[in-house]
Amino acid sequence: LPQIYDFMDLLVAENPNLVSKLEIGRSTENRPLYVLKFSRGGTNRPAIWIDTGIHSREWVTQASGVWFARKIVLDHENDEGLSSILDEMDIFLEIVTNPDGFAYTQSQNRMWRKTRSKRSGSLCVGVDPNRNWDAGFGGSGSSSSSCSDTYHGPYANSEPEVKAIVDFVNNHGNIKAFISIHSYSQLLLYPYGYTSTPVPDQAELHELSGRAVAALSSLYGTKFQYGSIYKTIYPASGSTVDWTYNQGIKYSFTFELRDTGRYGFLLPAKQIIPTAEETWLALKVIMEHARDHPY
Amino acid sequence: DIDDLGHKYHLELVLEDVLDKDSTVNCTAEVLYHLGNKNIAPDVQFTIEGELKNTDEADNIFYSRIKSLEKELVAENIPDSHGNVPPEMEPIHLLAWVASGYVIWQNSTENTKLQLGQIKHVKQMKRSDEYLEFDYLILLHDMVSQEIIPWHMTVLWHPQRGVQVTQ
Repeated sequence: LPQIYDFMDLLVAENPNLVSKLEIGRSTENRPLYVLKFSRGGTNRPAIWIDTGIHSREWVTQASGVWFARKIVLDHENDEGLSSILDEMDIFLEIVTNPDGFAYTQSQNRMWRKTRSKRSGSLCVGVDPNRNWDAGFGGSGSSSSSCSDTYHGPYANSEPEVKAIVDFVNNHGNIKAFISIHSYSQLLLYPYGYTSTPVPDQAELHELSGRAVAALSSLYGTKFQYGSIYKTIYPASGSTVDWTYNQGIKYSFTFELRDTGRYGFLLPAKQIIPTAEETWLALKVIMEHARDHPY
Repeated sequence: DIDDLGHKYHLELVLEDVLDKDSTVNCTAEVLYHLGNKNIAPDVQFTIEGELKNTDEADNIFYSRIKSLEKELVAENIPDSHGNVPPEMEPIHLLAWVASGYVIWQNSTENTKLQLGQIKHVKQMKRSDEYLEFDYLILLHDMVSQEIIPWHMTVLWHPQRGVQVTQ
């Protein structure tokens, strides 16, 4: 964690005209929640949000987030697609979305998923931050037991890590694409998870997913499936992108990165860069589509 | 749907050798999940078209190596937090995969999707016969509930006699 914070500060120091660091809140254990802003200027430009590490054991995601940050800095002038995105839009990247959980996976339990909030009356610690959003909150696909790894929490946005993003999104008011990154399973998912009813934009999101997945596969042949959360992985209520979609952020996606179970959460370090590289191609497809289809 | 019995699934799948991606074999299977009683493992019938690779040489090398150890093997956290498996532990890892496959089969329902997450601890137990015996504490991951489930299994293995698991 300290290394990632140092990396962020270095990136800002070396690229002050492009990168800035925002603190959007604090975690339960009072760790700062940092977001990197990549911007060429303007005021409140339409923006893309990417978060990694909301589930702390999914280590390939925080690592990929670090790689994305560096990639944007390295490529922003010479990559046409990225450059034209940044001409019109800002990119926000939260690399360690659940820092308390992340610290816990390093010191105590590599398989910890949730936050580290403690409540009197709750037997166990932590809330699943991907069940704590105000979209179908408390429904099927989440648990009301504090000891469960899908515990939704006492009420929506009870977790400061979630509330901070909710407040940020609402205050910004101009986010056009929201991408939340998880592992593992190799899936690209769009809303809804809390109901089997398709979203109004289903056809467009499905077509866009198909193109993003094709771009991802083109690099190393990694196969992804795609579809709505409910149909492709499982019912899940109170999930991040269901809420963001209902706020009007049409291009709301969740990725599940490598692998499909051989190493699962314990993905070997040598797979980090290939995973980040292929995922970046998919992200660019989504970002370019958002740039080309303003709404 | 099979009335009074449960749900039957007909599957056509391809088996791929984890150690050699180009080595594949087609398989058809029928899986019956029993209605009601969740304590019975699903019935599985399968046919493999073709043959699985012969692994006698690697099996015998591993068997001899373990038999010739002065002290019983003990290890933890395979893979480690960063996904590393020391090369000499790879057969122990693969054996756990096979054995956990049996545990997963015995404990699967239509609402679970279990994978081996990690070997927390493995200890070789002394035996007077020709079998190798390993006591494993493993972590299973259920994708549906997202829970991590610790499981204790005892695994017997012999190159010619195959694997036996007691849960």
